[in-house]
Amino acid sequence: MPSLFKIALRAIMRNKMRSSLTILGIVIGVGAVIAMVSIGQGAKIMVEKQLESLGTNVLIIIPISTTHTATRGTTGTITLTAEDAFAIEKECSAVSYVSPGVRTTTQVVFGNLNWTTSVSGVGSDYHIIRNWPMESGRFINQQDINIMAKVCILGQTVVTNLFGTLDPIDKWIRVNNIPFRIIGVLSAKGESPTGQDQDDVVLMPYTTVQRKIMGVTYIGVTLASSVSAEARFEAIEQINSLLRQRHRLRPNEENDFTVISQVEFASTIMETSHTMTVLLGSIASVSLIVGGIGIMNIMLVSTTERTREIGIRMAVGAREKDILFQFLTEATVLSSIGGIVGVILGIVLSRLISYYGGWPSLLSPLSIAVAFLFSNMVGIFFGYYPARKASRLNPIEALRYE
Amino acid sequence: MQDIVSLETVYKIYQMGDVQVTALNGISLTIKKGEFVAVMGASGSGKSTLMNILGCLDRPSKGKYYLEGIDVSRFSKNELADIRNKKLGFVFQSFNLLSRTTVLENIELPLIYSKKLSQIAGERINQIMATLGLKEFQKHYPNQLSGGQQQRVAIARAIINNPTLLLADEPTGNLDSVTSTEVMHVLHDLNHNMGITIVLVTHENDIARYARRVVVLRDGKVLSDTPSQSPATPAPQTICERIT
Repeated sequence: MPSLFKIALRAIMRNKMRSSLTILGIVIGVGAVIAMVSIGQGAKIMVEKQLESLGTNVLIIIPISTTHTATRGTTGTITLTAEDAFAIEKECSAVSYVSPGVRTTTQVVFGNLNWTTSVSGVGSDYHIIRNWPMESGRFINQQDINIMAKVCILGQTVVTNLFGTLDPIDKWIRVNNIPFRIIGVLSAKGESPTGQDQDDVVLMPYTTVQRKIMGVTYIGVTLASSVSAEARFEAIEQINSLLRQRHRLRPNEENDFTVISQVEFASTIMETSHTMTVLLGSIASVSLIVGGIGIMNIMLVSTTERTREIGIRMAVGAREKDILFQFLTEATVLSSIGGIVGVILGIVLSRLISYYGGWPSLLSPLSIAVAFLFSNMVGIFFGYYPARKASRLNPIEALRYE
Repeated sequence: MQDIVSLETVYKIYQMGDVQVTALNGISLTIKKGEFVAVMGASGSGKSTLMNILGCLDRPSKGKYYLEGIDVSRFSKNELADIRNKKLGFVFQSFNLLSRTTVLENIELPLIYSKKLSQIAGERINQIMATLGLKEFQKHYPNQLSGGQQQRVAIARAIINNPTLLLADEPTGNLDSVTSTEVMHVLHDLNHNMGITIVLVTHENDIARYARRVVVLRDGKVLSDTPSQSPATPAPQTICERIT
């Protein structure tokens, strides 16, 4: 009924200061819920996207025992060799590709520009495992690995910093004063779940990095891929038993390596971000409840102040229901205004946080609708008691009220 | 003539803690259509209680109240609200207008609750405002009007729904004598020219003279019920003729 709405709006406008203070709790509550949920959603989407970019079937083989490094005091125990990697590829049926890896951080030079970056030695299937398409040129092949070719592939960040708009293909860069020919450029990959820039990388054949740059024979963090996402647990089992056998570990000995799945790694991060969203969301909803109590408080004051008005309305024929709806409408309109302002605040807040905090945020229409509806329900719930109290007034006493 | 009001040995007993207060002590009263009755009596005589019961704001403890032949003494709160809305009009001593609500909206108020705020009602509001000289004030707020003007707004509100009974509870109690006369003339016209039945509570003999019948209460009973002595007959006026 439009006239009820009009009456409610007028009553609210009559005391602007009080009304705005009353809705403040709802505004903050709705705003906080929306901002928190959108930031949480944004974080989730970001992690999901990265997860996709990492590949759901990627396995990481680390040549260190994760359980005993501290007690042994050796963080760099060399346990993994290229032969281990070949064996995994050959003998583990659930594994499709393996890329032996060695990694160092060093300076690369082009002309008079230099850039400190991560130089990664990889196998010929690395880009398949990582699901990382080339932007131009070709990837490292088995021939490059066999002859320890002085070739390299650049990530986008390195290209930007050393070449700008220049095409780097077939140009030469120097690492440790050795010239390397650029044979390809990777497409942009973005940040890893841990926030590292994955494009800040130079890839070379792992044999080249071993012999020409680092002068070592072992391999480090090695990537593998299972035949499917579902087969990753089976693949981990197979790698575990094969490496134990190859490293001649007795049953009572701990693994001197670790195999983890990229999915599990990332979903831990996702779970954390989900927990944070739920936690922040519930804290924010508490302020909605507090806001509701604020509305109830003011509505109680308001119905007492307007006892005479209620008496007059009853005298001219307002039924209990009419009075009930009048005050219920007022409380609901009040909380809805709070809801609308809160939605705007929430949107602005999540934009600001993602802009200044570097957090991604995703405004889901659902969370906005839910927060707004919830603010309405708060209005109805906390407005009901004062409205019912008003509707039960005795008209004679109400008319006599000073 | 049809009986508008018929009270049959009506009692109203209040329980005040341990004490029982008998406000109305078996009143019987009949008011016919078109009558203009003044109810008088000292304070505590039961005038207000009688008005509350006649106005369906309260129910009798015992006895029956027939309004236009319908027994309303056992009606529910909501039924009484409907009766107040459709059959009764109130004029109070303190006007009881909604502040910060325009004259027009105050007059419309009963129509909101009878859901009759339509085009036809709009015409009727205009007519009533015109006859009561309120047209130019329709956008004003009550506190911008004089006491007499405010009481005319209250009268307009009281008659907007074509009530069968108009109850005026000391309508001139807050007004000076000139304005009192003006308001009484309006009531007289409503009764005389429109045939609206009026019950008026007052303790001033001058005001009671406008009525044609005077009921005096004492201790919750009718002490006397007589035709008005030397009824005041205001100069013939036609201001209400246009109200239909």
